[in-house]
Amino acid sequence: MATLIIPTPLRKYTEDQATFSTGAITVNDAIQELTEIYPNIANHILDGNGKVRSFIKIFVGEDDIRSLDGGETVLEDNAVVSIVPAIAGGMSDMYQKIMLWR
Amino acid sequence: MALEEIQLTKEELARYSRHIIIPEFNLEGQKKLKAAKVLVIGTGGLGSPLLLYLAAAGVGTLGIIDFDEVDDSNLQRQVLFTVDDLGKPKVTAAKERIEALNPYIRVIAYNERLTSENALDIFKDYDVVADGTDNFPTRYLVNDACVMTGIPNVYASIFRFDGQVSVFNYQNGPNYRDLYPEPPPPGLVPSCAEGGVLGVLPGIIGSLQANEVIKVITGIGETLSGRLFAFDALNFSTRIFKVFKDPDNPLTGKNPTQTTLIDYEFFCGIPQAAEERGQISEISVQEFKALLDSGKAVQVIDVREPHEYELVNIGAELIPLNTVTANAGKIRKDIPVVVHCKGGVRSARAIDALKTQGFDNLINLKGGIVSYIREIDPTLPLY
Repeated sequence: MATLIIPTPLRKYTEDQATFSTGAITVNDAIQELTEIYPNIANHILDGNGKVRSFIKIFVGEDDIRSLDGGETVLEDNAVVSIVPAIAGGMSDMYQKIMLWR
Repeated sequence: MALEEIQLTKEELARYSRHIIIPEFNLEGQKKLKAAKVLVIGTGGLGSPLLLYLAAAGVGTLGIIDFDEVDDSNLQRQVLFTVDDLGKPKVTAAKERIEALNPYIRVIAYNERLTSENALDIFKDYDVVADGTDNFPTRYLVNDACVMTGIPNVYASIFRFDGQVSVFNYQNGPNYRDLYPEPPPPGLVPSCAEGGVLGVLPGIIGSLQANEVIKVITGIGETLSGRLFAFDALNFSTRIFKVFKDPDNPLTGKNPTQTTLIDYEFFCGIPQAAEERGQISEISVQEFKALLDSGKAVQVIDVREPHEYELVNIGAELIPLNTVTANAGKIRKDIPVVVHCKGGVRSARAIDALKTQGFDNLINLKGGIVSYIREIDPTLPLY
């Protein structure tokens, strides 16, 4: 079994599950299985053509799948697949201020 | 100044003695720090620990750039500031704090927004840039300006419980665009409104970033160049990933397509005239939506013309720009008021005009109704 690690910003689409276990053979199959079980995460990982979005990185172990066989990268038993989105900062203070306005 | 010409005074030797007695660091490392010029982008959550530690460590010249003022909601994580600083420009408050901490260093404050127009000119005077911003347009601007000026970019980023650190553009290593070629369109990543950040997280990540800055300057140890460090504060997992040079990188790939700085707000899907925005408070359309959904009392004013309102509206009260001051009585002062137009420029002008009438509760909707339609409700007609 391989394990997908869901980043915290996307966990609201996986019912707060931080990891997802899969018996899938390849990265593509693993992601497909994930999106079948949690359909709402699909749009955040894949574009309209089913390709991994340019602001999402998928690593198997410590390696970017683009340096391996991309989506066809074969998952060894106990492989750890990390989904790592670009992040840029927190909630704007203006929003927080409005919410606290009395 | 050449390293041989750098001298440390008796006071400095005493002050930095805990560095100097480390064999790998020693006097040479300390002199390298004193000779170094580091530009810190942003004096927020990451900038706070970065600046404090770099100043304490004895980095000789620290540049700080930010256009914001200290606000009470900053104090949850921005440990540079105290309640005495509220309302002050952040760079002014930061400079005072740093100079109080270490009078032996030079602090250069830029109380302005980093833009494609000023970035190259500011960057060229520095040896290392430390990126502690909180938005994608500035991240890409910092990366590209570092590539174009040949300056290492020590990168850190935080979101909620997640942190990332890396070193880009160092010794022919990869840069941010090798990792993430393009920014997410607004609304597709968890929006700011759903965001937030654990206050201690920038303390952790900003300190790691300071550590990388010091390693780049002194040349000791092994930097995170070519590697991305990722931290999840919730389950305390730390992971390190390899970052490789992407042959399709638009700046440094095989066939570069970009040789100058670009409009990064546009690049990140934020169609807006940044220069029109000035210091006006603003929220994103995602935040606006969250605000409406929260049930919080809020008045929404549309300052477009009646014919535009007829084409499409989001149920706001229509007060066209040229009538706002005459109709100021209709605008509430006791609750937040979001002002919007088509793209965000006229509403900024309306807010400017109303400021003279004692309003301090007006917030501009970034990108206006166009952005709202694109990001929140694509069923509405665009015009």
